[in-house]
Amino acid sequence: MVTFTLNGKVVSAKEGTTILEAARQNGVDIPHLCYDKNLSSFGGCRLCVVEVEGAKTLIASCTNEVREGMVVRTESENVVNVRKDIIDLLLASHPEDCLTCEQTCNCKLQDYAYRYGVKRSSYKGAKKNYPIESLNPVMERDQSKCILCGKCVRVCKEVQVTGTIDFVNRGFETKIATAFDAPISTENCRLCGQCISVCPTGAIVNKQLKGTRPWEVTKVRTTCPLCGVGCNFDLNIKNGKVVGVTPNPDSLVNGTSICVKGRYHTDMISNPDRLKKPLAKKNGEFVEISWDEALHTVTEKLKETKAKYGPDAIAGLSSARCTNEENFLFQKMMRVAVGTNSVDHCART
Amino acid sequence: MTNAISEIEGNEVLFVIGSNATEAHPIIGNKMKRAAMNGSKLIVIDPRRTELAQYATLWVPLNSGTDVALINGLMHIIVKEGWHDKEFIEARCEGFDDLLKVIEKYTPEYVSEITGISEEMLYETAKLYTSTKKAGIFYTLGITEHTTGTDNVMSLANLAMLTGHLGIENAGINPIRGQNNVQGACDMGALPNVFSGYQSVTDEKVVQFFEDYWKFKLNRNTGLKIPEMFDGSHEGKVKAMYIMGEDPVLTDPDANHVRAALEKLDFLVVQDIFLSETAKLADIVLPAACYAEKEGTFTNTERRVQKIRKAVEAPGEARPDWEIICDVAKGLGASGFDYKNAEEIFEEIRATTPSYRGMTYERIDKNGLQWPCPTEDHPGTQYLHKGTFPKGKALMKAIEYKVPAESVCEEYPILLSTGRMLYHYNITTRFSEKLDAIRPYELAQINPVDAEKLGLKEEDFVRVTSRRGSIVTRVTITDKVKPGMMSMTFHYRESPANELTNSAFDPITKTGEYKVSAVKVEKVKDMQGEAI
Repeated sequence: MVTFTLNGKVVSAKEGTTILEAARQNGVDIPHLCYDKNLSSFGGCRLCVVEVEGAKTLIASCTNEVREGMVVRTESENVVNVRKDIIDLLLASHPEDCLTCEQTCNCKLQDYAYRYGVKRSSYKGAKKNYPIESLNPVMERDQSKCILCGKCVRVCKEVQVTGTIDFVNRGFETKIATAFDAPISTENCRLCGQCISVCPTGAIVNKQLKGTRPWEVTKVRTTCPLCGVGCNFDLNIKNGKVVGVTPNPDSLVNGTSICVKGRYHTDMISNPDRLKKPLAKKNGEFVEISWDEALHTVTEKLKETKAKYGPDAIAGLSSARCTNEENFLFQKMMRVAVGTNSVDHCART
Repeated sequence: MTNAISEIEGNEVLFVIGSNATEAHPIIGNKMKRAAMNGSKLIVIDPRRTELAQYATLWVPLNSGTDVALINGLMHIIVKEGWHDKEFIEARCEGFDDLLKVIEKYTPEYVSEITGISEEMLYETAKLYTSTKKAGIFYTLGITEHTTGTDNVMSLANLAMLTGHLGIENAGINPIRGQNNVQGACDMGALPNVFSGYQSVTDEKVVQFFEDYWKFKLNRNTGLKIPEMFDGSHEGKVKAMYIMGEDPVLTDPDANHVRAALEKLDFLVVQDIFLSETAKLADIVLPAACYAEKEGTFTNTERRVQKIRKAVEAPGEARPDWEIICDVAKGLGASGFDYKNAEEIFEEIRATTPSYRGMTYERIDKNGLQWPCPTEDHPGTQYLHKGTFPKGKALMKAIEYKVPAESVCEEYPILLSTGRMLYHYNITTRFSEKLDAIRPYELAQINPVDAEKLGLKEEDFVRVTSRRGSIVTRVTITDKVKPGMMSMTFHYRESPANELTNSAFDPITKTGEYKVSAVKVEKVKDMQGEAI
């Protein structure tokens, strides 16, 4: 452990911890745009600069480790002024459309502009003006809102290990692009959307979540119903409907990673073709019937079969898609209520 | 899995066989790729050049269905070179001498001939797998969906035992399970031979325990496995079926045989969230709630029991499966089906299932627990077989290589393998507008050599015919499959691959040989299959 002074208080942290993480562990939030604890450090946005006694300049807290006896100030006048300047510069080329931006109230640039009282940029100059890219079914990219933090590049390379995107060009022309600047598609991308999760602004958005404001949404953590990995994530609910999925950082198995299926499958929950009433086949056609009639028919037919041919003439398929509780009950029903061990499910098929 | 998902990145060698993890289990696939990027060595054994193969130190494109020969060959080299773990074998295994006798004849030369893998590569593979203790085996359906599925799995167990890569962190034998709760459905006894916790229905003590618990006289005959149910219908022995949340018409091999079996039944009830291909054949269809509309638990591939939570109401009159089951059971005159909620059912699971006994809804609320978890103060089990096996010494069962049930011939010259792909999951994701928009139709993979022979261009239509059925699909031309091989998914009802697959079964598990069917391919004009 190393002991250091943080905003006048003596605290400690494990050796090798960055100043930013050590501060976080001690309850001090240092603003940052390009830092993510799951990714390599980039040190690009400079918003996390802090004052360290004896250092010639302000230093980036995301790339420098705490040292014994270090004296750190995270919100000194000098630091605050620099942060204001950085935000001012970022806003200089950023569209002023927060009122209609999908990411409003979920945008770190907006949060920090608020935190440091930067109303608008004091610079007048060229704005980025890229066309919105929306050719694929699931995500929309608006490069004009990109602040070049590079988190999308790193998550794609380091977590998803796909490397679809990278920085191209220089200076004001710098942007994030695929190889040959082709639109995002299944040809060059796995569409996992991990870049959406890490984007601090509205530069990459999940099309399913467009039109939902953060305060309209409630979140329910659950386990993915698709493959056997068992990822956890939050279902986003608006007006009684699941509108999409966002990661839940507490998830043990997957952390903040979600695959393309897990992220976008939820529109099938409200698919209009969902079965809503019991059906009976009458003269070769399905007709809607009441639950009473359905349950009566099922139980009478099963009783009739059992009486005529014995319980082993009835077989049941349970489901690897249903819950443990339902599988347990299904086998109990077959064994107790029907009286047969002929219960199986698709583990073998 | 004997080990936990969190251990993957700590494996120094990953022996991945018959597993296309980056498509079928993307988050595990990512961890494997990360391991490779961070210096772990990947051995990828797969006839297809999967994405993982591109990250592999050794890609071993064996001939389909020759897994037992390959593994025996690796063991032959390991023993010859003295790379096996003599202490582990002595202390924890039996049957080593019998194993030696069988693997003796699997010389590199012989195995190379069967598998199509060079002797040098066999040697390199054996050497790399034994270069560290932290070497885990990972497999999926490329191992089990063969007539020799059980043999394949046991051979992998032999390999892990021979090298002592078992019962420690970052090693083990790790089947990556397909469905979200296939592990749980097995754990819960939705199987014809066991109650929950794999307690045998023919063990009198077990049966008596459940008879006392449920206060009901139980049937002592082992039940039918899925294919036996369908055969039973054809033979007139099975007269009625109750199918909950499964679509065997699309997912089981030899779909035409399955469809005919279901049509022959006196009565079929299907409980599902959509009108599946199977539900279309039902007499009664019961509308069920989906996972976002109910409470309960799933058990993932690493044995972790996790919660699902109700987020929204079910549409119309759809109801949670467990409520429907209770009503049916009570309608049949059974008692013991009065539960107020899913948690009450879980309490009964705990009471009757030793490996789940220590879990409560409160304990699993945040991050779940991995079974075995026998008591409420037990932390769950990250990896299995530490120090000892459940039965004491583990048996190394010597296994001979057997050829797949079907091989290519003049009439059916292409070998078809089936599997999952990244953008879809089984059947239901087709009901997701977004996922369907990403990949709305089947693209069967075919090698450029065969494509040229058949005069095929990208996304052309072909008719694919096996001894059992004939379907139409579009193709994509790629060297991810070898010449003479074709690969399809089973996600598309418009191109139902399982009308082609072989229902020749593994004699023990009754799993079909989805990975090896002989087919012929002809170019056609459109999806209607009009000839050119």
